[in-house]
Amino acid sequence: MHPAKSVIYFTTASGAGYGLMVWLAVMGAFGFIPADRPFGIVGFGLAFFLIISGLLSSTGHLGRPERAWRALSQWRSSWLSREGVAAILAFGPTGLYALGWVVLGQNTGPVGLIGIAGALMCLITVYFTSMIYASLKAIPAWSNRWTSLGYLLMALMSGAVLILVLQTIMGIGNSMVALKASVVLIALAGLVKLMYWRSLRNSEPESTTESATGLGKFGQVRMIESPHDEDNYLLKEMGFQIARRHTQKLKRFALAFGFIVPLALVAMISALGMPYALILSVSALISGIVGLVTERWLFFAEAKHVVTLYYNR
Amino acid sequence: MTLLPQNPSKVKLGLVIDLDICVGCHACAVNCKEWNTSGKMAPLTDVDPYGAKPDGVWFNRVHTFEAVDEAAGTSRTVHFPRSCLHCDDAPCVTVCPTGASYKRDEDGIVLINTDICIGCKLCSWACPYGAREYDEDEGVMKKCTLCVDKIYNENLPPESRVPACVSTCPSGARSFGDLGDPDSDVSKLVAAREGYALMPEQGTKPVNRYLPPRPKKIGDEVAPRLLDHHDDSADGAGLLARWVDKILTV
Repeated sequence: MHPAKSVIYFTTASGAGYGLMVWLAVMGAFGFIPADRPFGIVGFGLAFFLIISGLLSSTGHLGRPERAWRALSQWRSSWLSREGVAAILAFGPTGLYALGWVVLGQNTGPVGLIGIAGALMCLITVYFTSMIYASLKAIPAWSNRWTSLGYLLMALMSGAVLILVLQTIMGIGNSMVALKASVVLIALAGLVKLMYWRSLRNSEPESTTESATGLGKFGQVRMIESPHDEDNYLLKEMGFQIARRHTQKLKRFALAFGFIVPLALVAMISALGMPYALILSVSALISGIVGLVTERWLFFAEAKHVVTLYYNR
Repeated sequence: MTLLPQNPSKVKLGLVIDLDICVGCHACAVNCKEWNTSGKMAPLTDVDPYGAKPDGVWFNRVHTFEAVDEAAGTSRTVHFPRSCLHCDDAPCVTVCPTGASYKRDEDGIVLINTDICIGCKLCSWACPYGAREYDEDEGVMKKCTLCVDKIYNENLPPESRVPACVSTCPSGARSFGDLGDPDSDVSKLVAAREGYALMPEQGTKPVNRYLPPRPKKIGDEVAPRLLDHHDDSADGAGLLARWVDKILTV
């Protein structure tokens, strides 16, 4: 599949934003971070920036962005529509929680409960985003059980690293919780990604050129003449081949920068403490961004659409 | 509404494509483009049509496949027109977030309301058959309409009320009709020739059917050698005599 930059930014950035929002809610509601106003402004500012810029970016690949509001209407059948509706509904409780924290100086008790409700809405939104891809049977690399798990864990993981960096920079609250959460989530997300790749490697393709043409009973089928000389929309959008040529290298790169390096850096924080904590956590974040963007690029670019069976691709 | 019809009609209009007859002339694709570029989903925009990399919206694409059976030492060349199959369980319809994609209750034709399509392309990702193409110029998706503006058009003579690809096919490889009615001509044709659906494992329940190439005749039934015959009417006469014979025969 053609990896559209707007969609890569949307899924990684809004995922990280929702993840950060979840951790702001959990850490606030359970009293690990006090309702410090500057921390609230920076934390919610960053979370909302990532979420909103991600959602806006997702409209960037639309042919008619001015009609984007119509995408909210078909929630009964369409995961894309459900995702849009959930994203908007999530702004209610998360916005109230942010106001409670920043304006009222409260993040526990009733305000904390609103925060937890917001966190749930954030997770639902990320799940719905993942289902846009996981529901497409024509793209076997996406329609498997690891897709949604990966999206959820990578959102929670980027949120945990983000809140760890914010806590370390601003020196607010007990950062041990964020540290432990980061270690566990990076390890889990990396593991799920490995399982995802393993399942892709081991799965037999359900559809083949033989089943696509129905000519299997006459032998092995291949296209000998294309309907057109130049690439058409289908081949430009779905016949993307570069990633498949370099899959192994890119997977190692994504695995190293997205999971192994951040895990090692975050694990070292507890051993070394300040002032190394700052350098280590920021480095973990930068490495994680590079790794996760590569991972997401690969998620799109590597996926093979069954229509390519008609074109020998 | 992008839910599939709740009470679908029994009528399932669709195409039956005979791969035994198709000669791969692309006339169906060309006439489809001709009709539809001024039809319901008009225009079928071309981008850079006379340049180095021409591209454009087509509803019908004719591939040529080769099926090779190494063990038997046989191979078949099959021309294969590919277009929308108007699936009963059309994934392109249910993924649509706006309600632009829909399947008609009355005859099962899958259409797009291009006035509300946002061009998110998700329907083209959901379709296993590559039936939907994006119009870069208009920013919306386009697809085969089964010539909905032709098959019901009372201004046309009855024999013309079939999709453009069907009326133009010079070899009669394409048939149009109600595949929901087991007694219709197309259903009988499918039954007689063991017509099949493409990629049934995708669960889309296509309406269109393809008829497989007939078995190859191998063995005793050899066509007569036409190159062997010679003119023996002149009884071995010389060049001049044969020339005179020809003139006098006229």
